[in-house]
Amino acid sequence: MTVETDSDTDVPVDVSADLPEDAEQWTAKLRHAAVEALPPQRLMPDRQPAYVASWIYVFGVLTIAALAVVILTGMVLAIFGPTWWHVSSTGLFVNSLHLWSVEVFFFAMVVHLWGKFFMAAWRGRRRATWITGVVSFVVSVGAAFTGYLSQQNFDSQWISTQAKDGINSTGAGAIFNVTNFGQMLMWHIMLLPLAVVLLVGVHVLLVRRRGVVPPFAPPDQLGKGVEIAGPEATMTLGDEP
Amino acid sequence: MQMLGAVLGNLLGSLINLNGSGHYVHWGFIQISVANLVLIGLMVVVFVAAILIPFRRHGGGDQ
Repeated sequence: MTVETDSDTDVPVDVSADLPEDAEQWTAKLRHAAVEALPPQRLMPDRQPAYVASWIYVFGVLTIAALAVVILTGMVLAIFGPTWWHVSSTGLFVNSLHLWSVEVFFFAMVVHLWGKFFMAAWRGRRRATWITGVVSFVVSVGAAFTGYLSQQNFDSQWISTQAKDGINSTGAGAIFNVTNFGQMLMWHIMLLPLAVVLLVGVHVLLVRRRGVVPPFAPPDQLGKGVEIAGPEATMTLGDEP
Repeated sequence: MQMLGAVLGNLLGSLINLNGSGHYVHWGFIQISVANLVLIGLMVVVFVAAILIPFRRHGGGDQ
């Protein structure tokens, strides 16, 4: 079989086609697996199921919007440094934006969590989506905690001295010293944000792959075979996982 | 603009006095700051409102 290729780059014109000699390469296999798991239409859909038209489905994306502000303001704080965010009025403003976007992030995430818990969002092969959400929440708590330790004020001193006994009692104090400012700052601006962003990214990709979880069926529709949700996770109203 | 900021600051300051030590609620072994309790209450209110308030929909849109 001949594959039409671009004369300049030698890459197949049809993006779904492979050159026969390349089909066994890991890049080709990975690409096929990725496109099969998340075809573009599912990755970036134009429409959502009718049941998504409820305010309770807004809080996931609100959490991500707040996370974007957290990351952006954190980057600005990292660029200009502590003397700027402690002293200048613009620095104080960006510092406050960083704090309050974290407050909005957790507020929206908790409402999102309650919503998903009470509709048992792990139904329909969505266990991994639920688990990545839970782990994101826990890691976010760590990111916020190390942020409070990085404030460089009396509040952060108080929090670190109160937290050290609890952390030390678990044994984690040997490698995670809450009174070590440099270490806490690195966790806060490097390791934990990276983990949160990666986990949230995987979480969103899983939502796209399995579809948004449908609500429970009203009692009069139980067992009537009304199918809802996406192709990977089609389920009948009232079905349990 | 500075004047407006000062007025707003004074207004908010008169509503919530953030000077001094925080207020706490004690209930058996549970101890929680009033600020956190208010925040949890707000989350419950928003959660209930998100379920009850109808979502305005544009025409079509169903899958």
